[in-house]
Amino acid sequence: MSTLNPPGAADSGQSDNDGMRYLDSGMRRLVTVYLPLTVFMIVLLFPFYWMAITAFKPDHQLTDYKNYSPFWVWDPTMRHINYLLFETSYPHWFWNTIVISVAATAIALACSVFAAYAIERLRFTGSRYVGLGIFLAYLVPPSILFIPLALMVFKLGLYDSPFALILTYPTFLIPFCTWLLMGYFRSIPFELEECALIDGATRWQILTKITLPLSVPGLISAGIFAFTLSWNEFIYALTFIQSSENKTVPVGVLTELVRSDVYEWGSLMAGALFGSLPVVILYSFFVEHYVSSMTGAVKE
Amino acid sequence: MQKPNAIAADAITAGAQPPARSWLSKALEGRNTLGGLFMLPAAAVLLIFLTYPLALGVWLGFTDTTIGRPGQFIGLENYEALWDDTVFWLAVFNTLLYTSVASVFKFALGLWLALLLNERLPFKAFIRAIVLLPWVVPTVLSAIAFWWIYDAQFSIISWALIQIGLIDAPINFLGDATNARASVIAANVWRGIPFVAITLLAGLQTIPQSLYEAATLDGASSWQRFRYITLPMLTPIIAVVMTFSVLFTFTDFQLIYVLTRGGPVNATHLMATLSFQRAIPGGQLGEGAAIAVAMIPFLLSAILFSYFGLQRRRWQQGGRDA
Repeated sequence: MSTLNPPGAADSGQSDNDGMRYLDSGMRRLVTVYLPLTVFMIVLLFPFYWMAITAFKPDHQLTDYKNYSPFWVWDPTMRHINYLLFETSYPHWFWNTIVISVAATAIALACSVFAAYAIERLRFTGSRYVGLGIFLAYLVPPSILFIPLALMVFKLGLYDSPFALILTYPTFLIPFCTWLLMGYFRSIPFELEECALIDGATRWQILTKITLPLSVPGLISAGIFAFTLSWNEFIYALTFIQSSENKTVPVGVLTELVRSDVYEWGSLMAGALFGSLPVVILYSFFVEHYVSSMTGAVKE
Repeated sequence: MQKPNAIAADAITAGAQPPARSWLSKALEGRNTLGGLFMLPAAAVLLIFLTYPLALGVWLGFTDTTIGRPGQFIGLENYEALWDDTVFWLAVFNTLLYTSVASVFKFALGLWLALLLNERLPFKAFIRAIVLLPWVVPTVLSAIAFWWIYDAQFSIISWALIQIGLIDAPINFLGDATNARASVIAANVWRGIPFVAITLLAGLQTIPQSLYEAATLDGASSWQRFRYITLPMLTPIIAVVMTFSVLFTFTDFQLIYVLTRGGPVNATHLMATLSFQRAIPGGQLGEGAAIAVAMIPFLLSAILFSYFGLQRRRWQQGGRDA
């Protein structure tokens, strides 16, 4: 029972107290729980619904609300999607985003595993302050860093190259992943490592043979989060990338599909829809994963 | 879950100490070298691409660097210029307004949604997964959807309100100063609610049911249970969530850049978007950096506020700060 009504209250004979009445009245529950929840769900989901149906609407239905109800599509068309796939650089952007996100995530994960293990388990002198520093690094927003980074990227000759993004994304991924993995390592019992130490294992063996296999769920969570964050990144990609074929999906959709006079809402929405799908799909795996890691994958 | 483990570990270490001297001392010797070695990759990336740019940004704020020309040190001139710049002060005002209004709504609605999700519901897991969608989807892409929803002529909201009979003409969502501010705040709240709600939901589930049982036996109303149990127990997590929410709202860039680019007539320019506009399209890197640096005091005070708030909280609850 995870609700507010305590089961014990029924035995106490106080069946007329407020808590019980609150639950027993179906009508009241409808008004206080289901109605607001429905409104929340509709408001939270409507933009996606609108995005999805606009992507399939023929142009003449797009703005003709008199003859076609705007909330549905008659004769859905693939024209916008065809346009997106074959007449724009969208496939390029999509590929770029995948490459950049995967590379940045890999770098960030590799760095974070060692950092988190060192801070959380080796507990070297001053590890607490390093941990705090990592946390503070997470709080430094990209909107403060992009100007000096743009200058650096330019000086390093990385301007307009995917490496500019692959190298800069870890700045916000590493603090986040380290922080997440520190929490995860903390949940792995000390005893396992101590047994291994007694048996003569080195720290490296402990990390690769004990800690990492046990933290696979944590690594996957960190990886998915890092991938999503890289996929969603905008300000660096907007600043450091110039040429159309090197852009990422969010930047490409916004800067290349919008022409000054005519808004191609159909293909814009299709671009937004397909740009959102990978993270949504990944995330739907993550939800189950999250649940399983919460219920205690490591209970030894 | 944490405590018993730690105690058990302590007990084992204590028991195992005498025979284990040799490996323990060896491990202690290697601890700092190994720790340093393990920290190296992360530290290198963060120092080169985070700490150095942060310092470089502060330095740039004191120079007249433009794109393609290294700048000269000009002292506080950028800041003096900003001090007399009405657009800058408008951006500061907008940022504070945007952050405060959006945070209040995100907190109130997020807490409400968390309480609703904490009820007994059918398809609970599915509903929770759906609720998180606005937070998962790239901000720029959902902002583009909002852009279309806020269209001056074909806005679906205007159309619906006209059908109901509440208004006669389409609302000019992004063309009018007040409307534009309200519209971008609404879009930001829409995106921020799920994060607040799901985090607070996690907090709600850690509150022991026995507290509610005891309160109900004592005749507490549902409002009293919320006010005297839920809210105090939730305070630490509320502090963390709202600090993050305030920081990310304050430094927001994407939503404004997509929806209004700071318009109409700078009415929705935030400090981040103004900094971008002056630095990248405008080419005035020094001035843009100065605007970005001007955000730091605000961020720092928000962080310190929550840090010391949390510290006190932890001490009150008798926990040691690990």
